[in-house]
Amino acid sequence: MNGVAHYQSCFNDLVGKDELLSLRQKAIEHFADAGFPTTKDEEWAFTNIAPLTRIDFELATSASAPAALDDYRYGLNGLVFIDGHFAPAHSHLNGLSAGVRVERLGDAIASNGDLVSESLGQAAATEDEAFTALNTAFLQDGAVVYLPRGTVVEQPIHLLFVSTGQRANVVSHPRVLVVAEANTQATLVESYVGLDSEPYLTNSVSEFFVGPNAVLDHYRVQRESAAAFHIAATHVREERAAQFRSTAITLGGRLTRHHIHTALEGEGVDSTLNGLYIEDGAQHVDNHTLIEHAQPHCQSHEFYKGILGGRATGVFRGKIHVHQAAQKTDAYQANQNLLLSETAQINTKPQLEIYADDVKCSHGATIGQLDEDALFYLRSRGIGHQEAVRVLTRAFAGEVLDRVRVPALKDQLDQLVNHRLDQAAAAVAP
Amino acid sequence: MLHIENLHVAVEDTPILRGVTLAVQPGEIHAIMGPNGSGKSTLAQVLAGREGYDITEGSATYCGQDLLELAPEERACAGLFLAFQYPVEIPGVNSTYFLRQSYNELRKQRGEEELDAFDFLGLIREKLALVEMDESFLKRSVNEGFSGGEKKRHEILQMAVLEPKLSILDETDSGLDIDALRIVAQGVNQLHAPDKAVVVVTHYQRLLNYIVPDFVHVLYEGRIVQSGGKELALTLEEKGYDWVKEPVQ
Repeated sequence: MNGVAHYQSCFNDLVGKDELLSLRQKAIEHFADAGFPTTKDEEWAFTNIAPLTRIDFELATSASAPAALDDYRYGLNGLVFIDGHFAPAHSHLNGLSAGVRVERLGDAIASNGDLVSESLGQAAATEDEAFTALNTAFLQDGAVVYLPRGTVVEQPIHLLFVSTGQRANVVSHPRVLVVAEANTQATLVESYVGLDSEPYLTNSVSEFFVGPNAVLDHYRVQRESAAAFHIAATHVREERAAQFRSTAITLGGRLTRHHIHTALEGEGVDSTLNGLYIEDGAQHVDNHTLIEHAQPHCQSHEFYKGILGGRATGVFRGKIHVHQAAQKTDAYQANQNLLLSETAQINTKPQLEIYADDVKCSHGATIGQLDEDALFYLRSRGIGHQEAVRVLTRAFAGEVLDRVRVPALKDQLDQLVNHRLDQAAAAVAP
Repeated sequence: MLHIENLHVAVEDTPILRGVTLAVQPGEIHAIMGPNGSGKSTLAQVLAGREGYDITEGSATYCGQDLLELAPEERACAGLFLAFQYPVEIPGVNSTYFLRQSYNELRKQRGEEELDAFDFLGLIREKLALVEMDESFLKRSVNEGFSGGEKKRHEILQMAVLEPKLSILDETDSGLDIDALRIVAQGVNQLHAPDKAVVVVTHYQRLLNYIVPDFVHVLYEGRIVQSGGKELALTLEEKGYDWVKEPVQ
């Protein structure tokens, strides 16, 4: 058995919470209708997921807890999930400001059922979205962050999803729901990490409801292991004068994709999507973004940078959709790529769909090698070829990393990126 | 110190240098002058190790080593310095980091201990004064957003920090106003010593009023067609380059 039928069978075996059953049932039907996408689907034209669909992934039965996760915490508190299961022993919420509720999904349903039923699945539609449907069909556990009106949270909240990778072909379907009511402010770090070398699939869905005047700073750090598949969707709905700032750092995985969709549904929204992806070997990374300007006087800023070496392949697709009502839109998109080898590849496709007539929209995409002049300049000052490559690639990545506003996270990301670039620089022959 | 012997260099089968011979001894200042397209910058770039040039004939020996065999960073560590005609802007690379990294690479090569950030700051402050540059520049990215004059002064600052044995100044005077020119020349003169040599590549005689050469060479169509003392520069200024073109033809 493989593909769709395998997951239908798994669905039937899974006994879940009654509250979610109708949502889940609808989702498995949508999944069966849609089937896995292929490269014939325009949205997946450059990402071939055949290696993923050939494997029948199984849910992990329980969370086997690794001893230490400190290297992955960035010194932040929050919830930890291991192979899709909530890990209470590793989750710490001390130090978080009063008012904010950070809970596992089951607890949120018990304590605030209306909130969950009114929002879960309302940003991430399951029709025609096979992976979101699959995630929803297997919804058991997840994280809910609720910011009641006026709540300001000083400490960043960390949601850490760990894949142990100890047993082959395990799947987890992480789910995040964030509801930020009016005049709230918070920083959320959502991170994914793989520990061991067996192949697994992380299929995550995150939903953000950013209320009027709310300010949400979101970091997504993907450090899956080398054999991992990682398919993710982030859906954001922003109300009047909301500010949502996303920074997505992609470092790991064998075949990975992150789709982020932000809908600017009120006037005066300010939305920022930053991204950095660093890949080598035979990694494949797909960043798929959709910014939907539905109302007037909104701004969006999109800035994605990629460094690809080895035989890595990358996709950037950035669509900005300006609805007819969205006059005075100011939208800017940039995608810059640095290729460190002859065999690395990137497909970048900006896409503007503009139906309003009084807007300012611009985009730019670049693909290039390291600047030979800069390389020679550094070398002529005694800096060796390898170090010069490292310095220049680090500077390239730095433009995104410098936008990380959580100091502990930034320090660790600097180190991780430096480490990755050391490897990449070592592979660039002088 | 530097012995160039019958050097032929081509770019994509087009010969640029066609038999350059030049000897530079410690303590000497040489000026290489010539009209546009004569091969002056090519010579400077080739000596610093820039890729993309085919050396088809001849040799260059520096302090007893085959210079052309060395990587650019090895040449720098051996005490060779090129002040660029067009210094490169490197966004995202901090100037202090760049200078310190460079300085420490050279120290490592000499078997000396690396200088830490604090000690280096002391050193750089002293050198900044030499080229009349403000400390605020240390926080900026390398050459990014620098004016033409600032870029050239930054080159001389690097020279001051690295204390090279052989400095090649590639049109360091072009695009400078008289104040910047004076500062740059002052820096070069102060750094000069009996164990060091300077090769000034320039189109105009003006710089040579400030940096007085021991020898002046005229490069034309890839060859040195005239050599003489500092008075040769004045003759050139007076008569123009057409004067040197004639004997060649």
